[in-house]
Amino acid sequence: MNPKYRPYYPRWYRKRVPIFWWLRKRSYALFIARELTSVFVVYSVAVIVALVLIMNQGELAWVKAMNWLANPIVITVHVLVLFIILFHTITWLNLAPMAIVVKLGDRKVPPAAVLIGHYGAWFACSAMVAWLLIWRS
Amino acid sequence: MPKTLTVPETVTLEVFRYRPEIESEPTFDSFEVPYHPEWMILDALNYIKDDLDGTLSYRWACRMGVCGSCGMLANGQPVLTCATYLESLLPGPIRIEPLEGFPVIRDLVGDIGDFMGKLSDVKAWLIRDEEKPVEEGVYLQTPSQLEDYKQYSMCINCMLCYSACPIYRLEPDFIGPAAIALAQRYNLDSRDEGAAERMDVLSQHDGIWGCTLVGECTEVCPKGVDPAGAIQRYKVSATIDYFKSLLMPRSSS
Repeated sequence: MNPKYRPYYPRWYRKRVPIFWWLRKRSYALFIARELTSVFVVYSVAVIVALVLIMNQGELAWVKAMNWLANPIVITVHVLVLFIILFHTITWLNLAPMAIVVKLGDRKVPPAAVLIGHYGAWFACSAMVAWLLIWRS
Repeated sequence: MPKTLTVPETVTLEVFRYRPEIESEPTFDSFEVPYHPEWMILDALNYIKDDLDGTLSYRWACRMGVCGSCGMLANGQPVLTCATYLESLLPGPIRIEPLEGFPVIRDLVGDIGDFMGKLSDVKAWLIRDEEKPVEEGVYLQTPSQLEDYKQYSMCINCMLCYSACPIYRLEPDFIGPAAIALAQRYNLDSRDEGAAERMDVLSQHDGIWGCTLVGECTEVCPKGVDPAGAIQRYKVSATIDYFKSLLMPRSSS
């Protein structure tokens, strides 16, 4: 028998999943919110990649891009995007100890240490980028 | 102290009914049962069946949170009815429904054939390349090796995690929390050698990658198994295996 084939039982009751199933519980809604924030992560990556490409297209294009970034509306949107990405990053990092269980010899590394390691790496990377962008320019 | 003053005499249960021979859509029946502070939801259901309506169908066996057969939704939350006090859901009415995600055969009884099939798909048993002859004795294990998988072995197959999982409801082919946690239970067992065999089933889209980490399975688990954690750990080890096989194609098993 084809393993994908499912026998049909006309007398079984199957409940349809409503489209807004994720509004029923707080945890489901939070999950969907976390998933949706990844769209904004993609957006911020796209902006950075675009800036790198524009950098190659001469001074005029670069100045234009800088002007666009300095537009108050764009700044407001980007501050909002920053908070959304922070939400994404924090909820994501908080889940790390669940996935990564480290054993040193016979002893399990406490989940808090895994968490601190992740936050530490995040802050170190951010500090390095800030150093490159702010203090060196 | 003030709590004892407000103890109700009775509590109302709104019970999901589905009798395919007389109705095509489910309905809810209301039953008024005596309230006792020591009663679990299952005690109330047994009272209904014994004294009010003998036709009510539901599963139960051990009454002590071990057999895993009395899982239902109480006010929308998946619980073991033998381990949930009526008191925790006062003042009522308390709405009792069958576990979500499973087709309903009758009243509170769902069909669990799908889960049973998945348990055997993931080979949730000890696999050895070569069995040791009985004369050579048992497979030894240190307390630390036992600790590696013990948590996952606490699973009682009650399927509350399936009921809590929106992915399973939307994509019934998803292998699901308990089956993956049980696969992990054997993968992490020092006596087992079947991890590669299980990986074939679990590394597919319907396996671990179907999970988007809602995390509700872990929330509702009555035994502290943490299926969500098991799945994420599996994702990490599957990814490491993948890159190992890319970098060192010959050394991978």
